[in-house]
Amino acid sequence: MNVTIVDYKSGNISSVINSFKEVAKDKVTIEVTSDINKIKSSDKVVLPGQGSFKSCVDALSKINGLTDTLNEFAITNKKPLLGICVGLQMFADVGYEETETKGLGWISGKVSKIDNQNGKFKLPHIGWNQINIVKDSKIFKDVENNSHMYFVHSYEFVPRDKKVISATTDYSSNIVCSVEKENIFGTQFHPEKSDRIGLKIIDNFVNL
Amino acid sequence: MLKNRIIPCLDVKNGRVVKGINFVDLKDAGDPVEQAKIYSDGGADEICFLDITASNENRDTIYDVVEKTSKKCFVPLTVGGGVRSVEDINKLLNCGADKVSINTAAVENSKVVIDSSKKFGSQCIVVAIDAKKSGDKWEVFTHGGRNNSGIDALEYAEQMEKNGAGELLVTSMDRDGTQAGYDVDLMSRISSKVNIPVIASGGVGNLDHLVDGIKSGKASAVLAASIFHYGKHSIKEAKDYLDSKGIPVRI
Repeated sequence: MNVTIVDYKSGNISSVINSFKEVAKDKVTIEVTSDINKIKSSDKVVLPGQGSFKSCVDALSKINGLTDTLNEFAITNKKPLLGICVGLQMFADVGYEETETKGLGWISGKVSKIDNQNGKFKLPHIGWNQINIVKDSKIFKDVENNSHMYFVHSYEFVPRDKKVISATTDYSSNIVCSVEKENIFGTQFHPEKSDRIGLKIIDNFVNL
Repeated sequence: MLKNRIIPCLDVKNGRVVKGINFVDLKDAGDPVEQAKIYSDGGADEICFLDITASNENRDTIYDVVEKTSKKCFVPLTVGGGVRSVEDINKLLNCGADKVSINTAAVENSKVVIDSSKKFGSQCIVVAIDAKKSGDKWEVFTHGGRNNSGIDALEYAEQMEKNGAGELLVTSMDRDGTQAGYDVDLMSRISSKVNIPVIASGGVGNLDHLVDGIKSGKASAVLAASIFHYGKHSIKEAKDYLDSKGIPVRI
């Protein structure tokens, strides 16, 4: 089996690579590439994302054929894909960071700034917060409810259909921090930086 | 609920830990990778390396340390010390650092913070402020505390938030190394002034100081070096203590 981490030159993905390699050991091949042919032939895809919604969407669009390839992979062929942080956010129809930007539109909804209640809550939401698992998700196998995950973000994904939500976290309101829609998975938190329990989530995805 | 973070800091010089945990069962007490692993296994919420390498020819040693550590520690890793340019930041991030802390360069050239936060995202840009009390205000020092910039620390903190810093690492130079506790007055004033998280640093001598940094200093995270060295306190002891004082921590 091979898992491809999409390297589309947006932010720092070395921690994502390290964590997948740690979990994969010798059993699974981890590719890091933006080569669309390699992505097409992989079994699973990881879509990381750092920086702003707009900068990530722009970076994806800059690589010829990449967005179409990801659409084909996740929507047409329904192969497993995991979005992390802004990688998850890009599933939305639209994002409002910097300026209104169209997302991939895989899970209907929008990405807007967390309501900091007039400065009562600091932004970015940085640090360890507990997740409230609201739906059985394959990536939460053997992950206890209320586990701590590492977050760093100022924007939140608000999906239209609440049934896709698999976990929320409490920061000023119940923020969506994990989604599952058929073959598409996403975490707002960083499993790659969430210690052993985060690696378990990565392991669950790799072993789907 | 978001938890307050405990961040152990290791001083690294020429690729070796200067002061360290020094457990008897350590194979190599000077190995930063091994010490970082002990901290992360012990429940540290993040790891911080401060590179205090003086000579330029040994500067590259930190990259190797960061690369090896990031393959073994799966909690956030912050690296600071001697970061001068966007290119330095890029190199550290590529080696596996999750955040880079910028001190002197942020004072000397505001473009470093503006450009790097745009390029890599605010989440990985920490501005380190070394502040020293002067009358009824605090002034920002650079070059490891040797030069007084004369800049007001509170105004500077606000400016750094505007420039794109994701967090502020505030060190009281009056308290650093004294083990007399954080300058909670400084911490709380900066924390109230900005809307980004403040990491308190400088002066921790016991576990109550960590409590003070969060309760009185309003810090989101507390950084400490010497109380974790030589096994004086473990991360777990610190967390259990904070928990007993009603401070939310990841246990």
